[in-house]
Order: sequence, then structure tokens, then C-alpha cells
Amino acid sequence: MSTISAPFRPQSSVRQTPTAGENYVNAAYGTRSWLLTTDHKRIALLYLVSVSSMFIIGGLAATLIRLNLLTPNGAFMTADTYNKTFTAHGIIMVFYFLVPVIPSVLGNFLLPLMIGARDLAFPRLNLASWYIYMVGAAMILWVIFSGGIDTGWTFYTPFSSKASHTDVIPAMIAIAIAGFSSIFTGLNFIVTVHYLRAPGMTWFRLPLFVWSLYATSLILLLATPVLTVALFLVAVERIFGIGIFDPALGGDPVLFQHLFWFYSHPAVYIMVLPAMGIVSEVITCFARKNIFGYPFVVAASLGIAVVGFLVWAHHMFVAGQSVYAALVFSLLSYCVAIPSAIKVFNWTATLYRGSISFRTPMLYILGFIGLFTLGGLTGLFLAALGLNVHVHDTYFIIAHFHFIMVGGTVMAYMGGLHYWWPKITGKLYPESWGRISALLIFFGFLLTFLPQFVLGYLGMPRRYFAYPPEFQVLNVLSTAGASILAVGYALPLTYLIWSLRYGPDAGPNPWEATGLEWQTPSPPPTHNFAEIPVVDCGPYEYSGEEVPDHGH
Amino acid sequence: MATDHAPATWHHFDDLEHQQQTTLFGMWAFLATEVLIFGGMFTAYTVYRMQYSAAFEAASRHLNLWIGGINTLVLLTSSLTMVLAVHAARHGQRRATTTQLLLTAALGSVFLALKAVEYYLDYRDNLVPLYAFDPAEWSALNVRPQHVELFLIFYYCLTGLHAVHLIIGIAVVLVLAVFAHRDYFTKEFHSPVEAWGLYWHFIDVVWVFLLPLLYLIGSRAIVG
Repeated sequence: MSTISAPFRPQSSVRQTPTAGENYVNAAYGTRSWLLTTDHKRIALLYLVSVSSMFIIGGLAATLIRLNLLTPNGAFMTADTYNKTFTAHGIIMVFYFLVPVIPSVLGNFLLPLMIGARDLAFPRLNLASWYIYMVGAAMILWVIFSGGIDTGWTFYTPFSSKASHTDVIPAMIAIAIAGFSSIFTGLNFIVTVHYLRAPGMTWFRLPLFVWSLYATSLILLLATPVLTVALFLVAVERIFGIGIFDPALGGDPVLFQHLFWFYSHPAVYIMVLPAMGIVSEVITCFARKNIFGYPFVVAASLGIAVVGFLVWAHHMFVAGQSVYAALVFSLLSYCVAIPSAIKVFNWTATLYRGSISFRTPMLYILGFIGLFTLGGLTGLFLAALGLNVHVHDTYFIIAHFHFIMVGGTVMAYMGGLHYWWPKITGKLYPESWGRISALLIFFGFLLTFLPQFVLGYLGMPRRYFAYPPEFQVLNVLSTAGASILAVGYALPLTYLIWSLRYGPDAGPNPWEATGLEWQTPSPPPTHNFAEIPVVDCGPYEYSGEEVPDHGH
Repeated sequence: MATDHAPATWHHFDDLEHQQQTTLFGMWAFLATEVLIFGGMFTAYTVYRMQYSAAFEAASRHLNLWIGGINTLVLLTSSLTMVLAVHAARHGQRRATTTQLLLTAALGSVFLALKAVEYYLDYRDNLVPLYAFDPAEWSALNVRPQHVELFLIFYYCLTGLHAVHLIIGIAVVLVLAVFAHRDYFTKEFHSPVEAWGLYWHFIDVVWVFLLPLLYLIGSRAIVG
């Protein structure tokens, strides 16, 4: 084992292996070598393809929803088809895109590289989790295209357990299966962080992306099984007609909501915590500064993971729970805003007096900070008991959680994908197109969802097929924004694929970033590092010199 | 793959000891998930047990405490043989490991067989909602039959989920026995036995919770 003298000083000790060398992509060829691989980098790419496909399908459903809302009585769908379309959109985006996307794609690829390991702790389990995901995905697509389900992604009882005549049980099984894929990924990450850190990689030298993945994995491990139980009990009720959640037979429909949100609220943090990790990586690199208050960012990640478990019933303020419970959950919901706010302040302080360069990943990440802050602040509105009653189940809540999930998670994911694309593929993408896409997505997003805040405040309920004519202008604005958003997403899909063949070689470290993942060639060799590095300083020791310009 | 280490070691571990620790920690993490699976069910059960305590206690009194009790004994003994198997594996005793693993699987199977008999007796005693259930019998006891059905469905779900775990456990322990017989485990490498030992004890602990929650909530005369 040899010591790399200063692993975080840019370029000083990078092994200048020629890019023609063997790497994880060209080490073996053929379908078999991909479908039976245990290399975390290849599995990450398998996930990239599957998760992106699900994103496209979920996005098409969103397109249909927005088009149908162009006119007050539905432009072209029947009410029934509309219900099935928004259910498909919700289920695919939440369970098959947002939850797995950052951990399974970027986390899978980067976690071992960032801590100086050769692979995840359980490589075969990692491959198994992709197969499990694929089984769940195939099953949900079969359900959706063979007739669809109309319960909404939340499966509220007693509609889902008694009234709905669609394929509720197969859909729930598909989601439970996907849940096991998440559990195994989370388990793998936790064990890897505990046991496979390189020499000198102490807990407080871990990159913040690793910390956020660790916090996410805790939630994956501890929350997902409860969703499985909730769905299982609904299935039992549907099959046997025992009133587990049926008030007429002594059951309690609100109990389902408790079990469901015990998973599905922490699931929001499953989506947004890894996104926050990406922000910390990108912002330090493109401000050329160490993160402001590293321990606080770490503590905030863990704090969100813990407090996030204690706020679930704020989804149920009008569901008939006791007012005292509502009061406590309202207070706790305010508390969970504190660690999120700490992070935003720390990122802002990191920018202060940094040498900022507005490259594509940075634009996405700055977009994240703006949109996430708006989403978080409107979350505080919703945590307030009185205001919640007014805007409950309206477009206000739709806008709020899309700000967090799309404005937050997807923006950060796109930022991370651009930031690490040269590492993953060894190629640079066209910078100007990247910037255009970041701006299109940012402004397209605002135009799509700002009108929805207004719509919700004025009283337009979520999930309704028809609306009063006076809401049409705002709905048309929203749909117009969605078209810009669609172009914004189509662009990277095009130029990233283009760059695989025509992009210039990236070299090991195009951003002169400090993380361990940049100390190995791009694409990395199968075993990640020729020699396991020895770490002797923190993750963000930037010297203040600007990011090199590759002739753009 | 690099081969400058013991044959059983994967390339991303320093040595066999490192790999073993990692395996064990992985099983602990998995058991954390399992706790939440049963925890979710226990929570739902407890909500109704509080709400309909009379019906739940009445129904609980109809369960077969004798079989439940004997099965507790059987399962606790199987945990003992599992510990002995782990102990033998740690000391590289091939025959003892194999025997204890086989004993463990056998005791697990006895538990399942008794459980099957118990399910049959439950069926005979009209304790199966939809298939063999007599609402009048419960109305006579002044409890609502639907609430009794709630208890029973949780009884079947919880013991069923437990049985599924046990079936998986027996299958794995049998496979381990075959490996042990073929001298696969050594003093230095025995983490599969240890890890699945943890899993086995977990199934046992779940049962220790199930017994009082399901069988012992209604006071009853032990003899009679």
C-alpha cells in the first residue's frame, strides 16, 4: 500500500494513465458481461438506463395530465383515464424514479470511489437489487398498460381496499418489490461506509455526498418495510374482505394513512438528502472553497434523517386525528426545517468570497438552492395547522412538493450527472448546451409550478379532472411551462448521448476537483484504484485557483 | 480478479477477517429492516388490541396454548443448537457443526409441523374467518364477531409471516449443513454460520413477542 502524498491537491499526484488504458467499460464486452456484472460502476449504468426510462414514461404521463388540463372540462381524456394517468405518473415518479435515482445511479457509481474502496461490500447483492428493481418495474408497467389503477399513488383506504375495481394488488406487490431493491441498496451502502473506507478516511473526512447517502440509507432500511406492511394489509383486506381498514367492520382507515406516511414522509428525505449531498460536492468545486461548517452539514443530514421520522402525520391534519397529535406534528414539522435551513445557509456561506464559475453543474445546483428554498418555505406554510386546512389537497401542495422533488431532487441529480459525467464516461459534453438546458429547466419549472401555488390558494383541488373556467389562464401558463421543461429535459438526453461518441476526452480530473474519485482515470479501471489511496486531509481542500476552461 | 489473498476472500476486502466482520454487520443491518417489518404489524395489531380489548381477549382464549407453549420450547431449544453450531464452526469442528445445524433445522421443522396441526385445530374450532367461522358463537360472548375476525386475521398474518421466515431459515441452515459437511468452514472462515445464526435467533425473538401478544392477553385458567 503506497501513500499518495497529497491526494486532494489537484493534479499533483494523479496517476497519468493514458485514457486508452483498460477501464470498467472496455474490460469486457457483450450482453452477458453487463447482465452478470458485479462491478458497482456497471450496475450504476444499468440503473441509469432503467431509471431514465422510467423517468421518460412518468414524464409522458405528466405531459398527458398537463395537456388535458388545458381546458376546464378536460381536453381529450375521460375522467377515468385521467385518474389512471395521474396515478401512473405518481407511482412511477415516486417509487421508480425519485427514490432510487440518486442512490442507485450516482451513489452506486461514486460511493466506493469516494471512500477509496474497490467495490460495495456486497457486490452480488447489489446486482440482485437491480434485478429486483427490474421485476418491480416490469410489473408496474404491465399493470399500467393493461388497464391502469385509479387509487392515486397514496392508495388511501377504504377506496383502495373496497371501492376500486382496478388492479390494486398487483400494483402494490410491484411497489413492495421495488422497496426490497431500495432496502438492499441502503444496506449495502451502510455496511460499505462502515467497513470499506480507505486508510486515513476517517468519518469526518468523508465527502458530504457519502454522509448524505449514509443518512438516506438509514431511512431506506428503517422506513421501507413499514410501507410493505401497509400495502400487505390492504391486500389482505381486498382478498379476504376482513375490515382491517374498513370502519363498517371495525377497521380504521386512518391507521392506513399512519402506516403509509411513516414510510412516505421519510421517503421525501430519501429523495432530497442525496440531492443535498450533490450540492455540497458541486458547490465547493465551483466556488473553489472548503465547505462552510462541515460538521454542521453532517449533523444536519443525520438530523433530517432522524426528525424526518417524527413528522409523518402532518399529511393527515384533516383526516380526523386528535388536535393534540396535530399540534405536536405541526411543531415537529417546523423543527425539521431547521437542519434544512442550516444546509442552505452553509452553502450560501461557502459561496461567499469564492471564485465562482458558472459551469453547467453549478447552474443546476444554484437552481436547486433557489427552488429548494422556495419549496421548503412553502412547506412551513403547510406545517401551520390553520393554513393547512385552507390549502389541504389543493394545487398548493402539488406545487410545494414538486418544488422539493423536481426543483430539488431532479435539479441536483441533473447537476450531479453533469458534474460526474466526465468521470463516468471519460467524455466532456458541450458546455454551452449544458448551460442552456440548465436555464430552460429552471425557468420552465418556475413557469409550470408558480401558477399552481396561486391555483391552490384560490381553491383548485388536486386530482380533479375539471375546474371552473376562471382557472384556465393559470392552467394554460402551467402547461406552457411544462413544454419548456420537456425541452429542457430532452436536451441533455440528446447531447449526453452525443458526447459518448463525439465528446472530447475529459482526462482524469477536468474540474480539478479534490475528491478521491478524481484521483483515478476516467472512466475508472475495474478495480477503481491501482493502489488504494491513503487519505491525510479533508475532502474539500481547494486552493482557490479557478476551474480550468476546456476551450469553451 | 486479484488472487494474492485467501481463496474465499473477495477482492475488495483486506483479508478474511475483514470480510467476515462485514458479513456480520450486513446481517445486523438486515435484521434492523426485519424489526421494522414486524414492528409495523405489531403496531397495527396493538391499535386494535387497545380498541377492542374484550373481543381480542376472548378470541385469544380460544387459541391453543398447549401447542403455542410447546412450540416456544422447541424454538428456544433450536436457538441453543444454533449457538452450539456457531461455537463448533468457530473451533473448526466439522462433524459437530454439521450435526448441530441438522438438529437446528429439525427443531425448526418440528415447530412448523406443530404449527400446521395447530392451524388445523383452529379450523376445526371455527377460528378461520370466511371459511370456518360462527358469528353467533361470539355474539353469545357479547363481543362483535367482526372484531374477533380482526384478531384472527392478525393472528394468521403474524404467525404466517413468522413461519415464512422460519421456512427460509430452515432451507438456509440445511444448505449450511451441506457446506459444513464438505468441510467448507474453517477456524478462520465461518461467517455464514454466524450471520445466519443471528437470523435464526431473530426468528426466535419474534416468536417470544408473538406468544404473549397472541396467546396470553386474555387471562385463563391454565388447567382446563
